[in-house]
Amino acid sequence: MVRIIGFFIGLGFVGVLLLSLIVNGVDSIKNPPPATAEEEFHLGAKDVRFASDGAFGRFDREQVQRGFQIYKEVCSACHSLKYVSFYQLKDLGYNEAEVKAIANQWAIEVPTVNPETGEPSTRKALISDRFPSPYANETAARAANNNALPPDLSLITESREGGAHYVYSLLTGYRNQQGYRNAKGQELLKEFPDVKTPAGLHFNPYFANLNIAMPPPLTSDGQVTFADGTKSTVDQMAKDVSAFLVWTAEPTLENRHRAGWVTMLFLLTATVLAYLAYRNLWANAKREVSVRGPLEPAFRERMNEQKAERGIAG
Amino acid sequence: MATVSEPAQPMMPGEPVADASGQGVRRRDFINIAATSFAGVGAGVAIVPLLMQFAPSADVQALSTTEVDISKIQPGQGIKAVWRKQPVFIRNLLPAEIAAANKVDVGSLRDPQSLADRTKPGKANWLITLGVCTHLGCVPLGIGEGENRGEYGGYFCPCHGSAYDTAGRIRKGPAPKNLVVPEYSFTSPTVVQIG
Amino acid sequence: MSFAWAKPYEPTSPFMKWVDERLPVPRLVYGAIGGGYPVPRNLNYFWNFGVLAGLALMIQIITGIVLAMHYYSYAGGAFDSVERIMRDVPAGWVLRYVHQNGASFFFAIIYIHIFRGLFYGSYKAPREMVWMLGVTIYLLMMATAFMGYVLPWGQMSYWGAQVITGFFSAIPVVGEPLRIFLLGGYAPDQAALTRFFSLHYLLPFIIAAVTILKIWALHIPGSSNPTGVDVKDEKDTLPFHPFYTAKDGFGIGVALLIFSIFIFFLPYSLGHPDNYIEANPLVTPAHIVPEWYFWPFYAILRSFTVDFILPAKLWGVLAMFSAVLVLFFLTWLDRSPVRSSSYRPVYKIFFWVLVADIIVLGYVGQAHITPLNVALGQVASAYYFLHFLIILPLVSKFERPLPLPNSISESVLHGEKQESAPFGLATTGSTTAAPAAAE
Repeated sequence: MVRIIGFFIGLGFVGVLLLSLIVNGVDSIKNPPPATAEEEFHLGAKDVRFASDGAFGRFDREQVQRGFQIYKEVCSACHSLKYVSFYQLKDLGYNEAEVKAIANQWAIEVPTVNPETGEPSTRKALISDRFPSPYANETAARAANNNALPPDLSLITESREGGAHYVYSLLTGYRNQQGYRNAKGQELLKEFPDVKTPAGLHFNPYFANLNIAMPPPLTSDGQVTFADGTKSTVDQMAKDVSAFLVWTAEPTLENRHRAGWVTMLFLLTATVLAYLAYRNLWANAKREVSVRGPLEPAFRERMNEQKAERGIAG
Repeated sequence: MATVSEPAQPMMPGEPVADASGQGVRRRDFINIAATSFAGVGAGVAIVPLLMQFAPSADVQALSTTEVDISKIQPGQGIKAVWRKQPVFIRNLLPAEIAAANKVDVGSLRDPQSLADRTKPGKANWLITLGVCTHLGCVPLGIGEGENRGEYGGYFCPCHGSAYDTAGRIRKGPAPKNLVVPEYSFTSPTVVQIG
Repeated sequence: MSFAWAKPYEPTSPFMKWVDERLPVPRLVYGAIGGGYPVPRNLNYFWNFGVLAGLALMIQIITGIVLAMHYYSYAGGAFDSVERIMRDVPAGWVLRYVHQNGASFFFAIIYIHIFRGLFYGSYKAPREMVWMLGVTIYLLMMATAFMGYVLPWGQMSYWGAQVITGFFSAIPVVGEPLRIFLLGGYAPDQAALTRFFSLHYLLPFIIAAVTILKIWALHIPGSSNPTGVDVKDEKDTLPFHPFYTAKDGFGIGVALLIFSIFIFFLPYSLGHPDNYIEANPLVTPAHIVPEWYFWPFYAILRSFTVDFILPAKLWGVLAMFSAVLVLFFLTWLDRSPVRSSSYRPVYKIFFWVLVADIIVLGYVGQAHITPLNVALGQVASAYYFLHFLIILPLVSKFERPLPLPNSISESVLHGEKQESAPFGLATTGSTTAAPAAAE
């Protein structure tokens, strides 16, 4: 009965699927889906190497500090960093006093309540605070940015395909749309004349829909002056800030790698030992099975006797 | 391993032949014991993160200092500040209160301390203590205007009737110790950093 | 106790004797996973996955309880609390990575376990109940995993909740009111999040309870084995402890090694970047995909694109649920008395086609919708139903199985029987006839 019902249910599903297949097939042959500019012209992230990449990845502290400086001087005007706290900067090699000074001198203050009047007010940031956001809320952020919302940067390298490589590619990927060609040599505006970047947006082939609201943030060499004397080319700045954003997304990355190797080493040893112990036991099991314990003839005799007493057969 | 008979001869073909005196047996037992111990150690280590997470988190630890502006506290008044989610009493003592505290014979106290031990040099009028009764952790009365200060004019804990004097020392009732003086410093004449 | 020769518990110390007489838990444990459970001696490594699944469940429950100490099931703060766990809570990141990837670990093990059952006919008499309890656990796991995925309240969490509860709206008439009832609102929000958290905490304990029933049911017929031949006498079996505890110990080591690679070096590889963006009810991610363990079912859901009597959406939902529920009826669909595919030449071919088919469905489930992928999904979905509902019953009727070995020992020991038989039995056994008299 189950098989008969099942047979017909099966036929039903298979029939509808074949019908779907035919209808869809005919449809896609009649009206093939048009190619889109995103498919043809969107680029994957560039290949660039970060110190934090790979199973042995570590942060390059100097680079991350430079990246923090770029965030502070360039990005923080529009982008929040709301899951990161000032005290975490100590991980980057700043000492307590330096972190305190950074928090104290942060350009944006922390919203609070005036203790005397109860009016909304602001105060200087403390090290226990998270990085204050440049805008009070989403509406304010959109109002100030031509209705675009600058995303929070704390998790940007985790929330975008390609991570830091994507961030780096995006920052260095602004192009002039006029005459832009992809690797196949197709010219964008010739193939898709109606995807011309609207006013207020900027053409960037690394961005998902090719047109990004953010104007190029890193525009000229020397935009930021690094304390460690590194030459601040646009490429260098883009790399450094990307490295910083890897850290903000996962400050525990180094612990993870370190703990990983220790764990793997331990487990490997334990597994080898477990394998040897297993082979030991089974080497005997395959040939001569236990003469003590459950298989012991004397034990079995005793069991059979007990069973016979209780009148159980077998 | 109790159920397996250990033959004296090596059983695996190609396995190095241990000498017949039972060396092989010992080596095999050793491997089994080592494997079991590794499993035990592994399980023990796996518990560590499960316990570690109970400890105060980094954001809680970052709250370990609080700065308080004391410029608005008039003599005779006090405020409650918050440090590590606990109340801190900051009191600007009147000269009469200081005198009353200094008059007491320190040796006669349950927890002998002088007012000078409990304040900073030159700042004897600033009594800064935790607002946590040393008996069972209630918040004593006496810091706010018009609250019961107990018979020694300091603080009075309503839970079990401990009375503290104007130096925050235990004088009567079940509490064993004086109100705790936290670590603090004056970062400027009008700002105290606690912790 | 499954077999006559299973050894009863004998306390080793006066204390254990004292406990055992008053509360026979030591006896219970000994009979379940100790020396008192005789297991066929020819099990291969695929039989490690039952114990591994139990381990995965324990890992998930323990890390989950601990994570719940730091998580807020508050729509405005859930995402933030997860980030706090990752950044501020001591060892929080490792607990969260273990729990997050642990779900994938659990499903990977369960899938291998299920395919093991399909290949070796573990769903056949007398183990039908064991199999059906297993499918029940699988269904509970799917519900638990889905609700757990909603908890971080990222974009994929939110839109996953929206899409999955959207299945219910396919039901005619009552569908939409039912969806709203289940969500406690018109869209996923606080009410949905809180109830999902509550149920996500509850269901694993129900899974644990069903697991106990499953082990109980298993211990009546005893474990199956790669030949599918019944255990005939005591030399076909070995006591669970120490033989299979040792083998499982090794299996656990290997499984944890692989798991550790994911936890420590590839913690994001199984997730989706969009779930690191906080839930936004106004913006749908460009490409919604479920977690990998739901891909094949998602492909089946999406393959129905034509309204035929019923709306396409309802066909998809019905098919998707049927794809899981069909597993309950396997015993009655496959009537072949031979359990193991090793002796079923025709079924074996279809089994491997099914494996390939499910891999194709998995690929389609996560792929972008293009005409080719849709067509591939439709063919693969059709084979899925064809396999279980039409091919399997027919094959089991017409197939001629290969000759089965007389006994487990014969199949595993290849002429080493004389020396391999248990001491004292070796002289009675002959090389051809299985010594059933030993019973």
